[in-house]
Amino acid sequence: MTSTAAAAPASVAKPDGGAAGRPLRGVRRKWTEHGLVFIAPFLLVYALFLVWPLVSGLGMSLTSENITGSGGEFVGLDNYAEAVRDPDVWSSLWNTVWFTVLSTVPLVVVGLVLALLAHQLRVVQWLWRLSWFAPFLLPSGVVCLLFLNMILPSGFGLADQLLATVGLTPEIGWLTDERYAMLSIVATTVWWTVGFNFLLYLAALQAIPAHLYEAAELDGAGTWKRLLHITLPMLRRTTGLVVVLQVLASLKIFDQVYIMTGGGPDESTRPILQYVYQQGFTGYRIGYASAVSYIFFALILTVSLVQPLLSRRRAEEAAK
Amino acid sequence: MSGSATFTTRRAPGSGRSADAGGRRPRWTPGRIALLVVALLLTAAWLLPLAWAVATSLKPEGDTTRTPFSWTGSRVTFDAYSKVWESGDLMVWLMNSAYISVMTTLLTVVTCAMAAYGFTRTDFRGRRLLYGLVLAGIMVPPQVLIAPLFREMVQLGLVDTYWGVILPQVAVPAMVFILVKFFEGVPRELEEAAFVDGAGRWRVFWTIVIPLSRPVLAAVAIFTFISTWNNFLWPFLVTTDPGGMTLPVGLVNVQSTFGVRYAQIMASLVIAGLPLLIVFAFFQRQIVRGIAHTGLAGQ
Repeated sequence: MTSTAAAAPASVAKPDGGAAGRPLRGVRRKWTEHGLVFIAPFLLVYALFLVWPLVSGLGMSLTSENITGSGGEFVGLDNYAEAVRDPDVWSSLWNTVWFTVLSTVPLVVVGLVLALLAHQLRVVQWLWRLSWFAPFLLPSGVVCLLFLNMILPSGFGLADQLLATVGLTPEIGWLTDERYAMLSIVATTVWWTVGFNFLLYLAALQAIPAHLYEAAELDGAGTWKRLLHITLPMLRRTTGLVVVLQVLASLKIFDQVYIMTGGGPDESTRPILQYVYQQGFTGYRIGYASAVSYIFFALILTVSLVQPLLSRRRAEEAAK
Repeated sequence: MSGSATFTTRRAPGSGRSADAGGRRPRWTPGRIALLVVALLLTAAWLLPLAWAVATSLKPEGDTTRTPFSWTGSRVTFDAYSKVWESGDLMVWLMNSAYISVMTTLLTVVTCAMAAYGFTRTDFRGRRLLYGLVLAGIMVPPQVLIAPLFREMVQLGLVDTYWGVILPQVAVPAMVFILVKFFEGVPRELEEAAFVDGAGRWRVFWTIVIPLSRPVLAAVAIFTFISTWNNFLWPFLVTTDPGGMTLPVGLVNVQSTFGVRYAQIMASLVIAGLPLLIVFAFFQRQIVRGIAHTGLAGQ
């Protein structure tokens, strides 16, 4: 298969295929050899565990299948019609979007502020990286159980005890009160993952050419002016990417909610992925769960499609 | 080509230290001291939960709920650690997590590097179409596939097996993309010379291409290892037997059985969180660089 294919593209060979016009037929042939052999292992896993589930999931979403694989009758778009009328789909979609809005803003802003601080200070970089990035390396289970125990036992948890030392005893149900549960999950998430955005911003800051600052300094621009007129504009494309990546990550919220509130109180924090889990894995309606997954996928795709536009602009700017 | 250009700009910061530093030592103006104070306060806030976890884990169980709050119990003790250790499960989960993360990382790096090499350095009919198909996969979040993937695992008999956890995490199109961008920027002369000397494709790949790509392979490996080690959703779905659970899943699974033994909960969290933090302490630079590269280019 490879050998027949090899004959044709030889003439189309890469510009640098036969360097300096030497008629190295053997070398040229080498470049076209065994391509599929190299790609095959990846393709096999990719086809089995990504492409196939993607296709079979779409098929399943058109059936009334349960998790054991039996009872699968073709029901057309019934599952989708049901999902659109299911208030639980809408409420969990809303919770997901609300979490995304609440978490993206602080995750991007705090990430930027931390990076600016670390970059500006230039000393003890290891300390900033350790304290702000290290939490990102902890498993969600560890982070959530830690925060759960910090805030949960009302009156005994670290949060309440620290508030008590300054004379406050608000007796807030951090995870049991609808007004605070989502905010507690957002706070946990910010502590846990802001380090990732911090690192991306730090790398971007370090890539800003020094001569821009030198020129500005010669012109007498102070720290604030340099921040406003050089640093922030230079970070624009990084910010675009960080925002898109963060939105995509936040939309996939599951761990924190599942571990900390189980979706409560009164389903007020349950995200769409948890609803898929409940329908498919505890309710055994895997056909319906697939349909809800695809609705979620449509949401993700819409956001992802914004990204190529951004990265194209990024590439253009980089090429300048 | 634009892609490899981005990669080089990403590479610059690591090699050339801070560009803004300009070589001179910064002066301690009042403004800078104020910044330092703010940064230290934020650092304290970020370290507080970790410090609390460690402090609580070193208290005798009876002192953990005592009010008013104090950082130290009546004495420092490792009781909680030995109790958690003796219960045995934690060790099993740690080994499961280590095995699964190492295998996933190894398979991901090898299959993705081979695929990326195939896409950049060979030619066959349908190559562009296949590559397009792989790139399209970047937009498919694995979380969307849980229902059909689980049914597939049931059919393949892979539920509650290591392979059931590992295989779905191996084919990561974003990693192929990163490596393709890297290979595109590597000049072909070395490989050509080897071909002229009669080396085969396979040998060229392992003895020339792989050693040349060590930094980018390390970045991919680090990224994969961290995300596998910390992955919760998929291992949680595909393992029901406590003996086969990974660390994060096992911990969440038994949280209720701890009851109110805070010292033991915190001791188990410290043990669970420590391995990656230790690795981080040793390889801070590489990890930071790896995350910064794969983080942006890969998504």
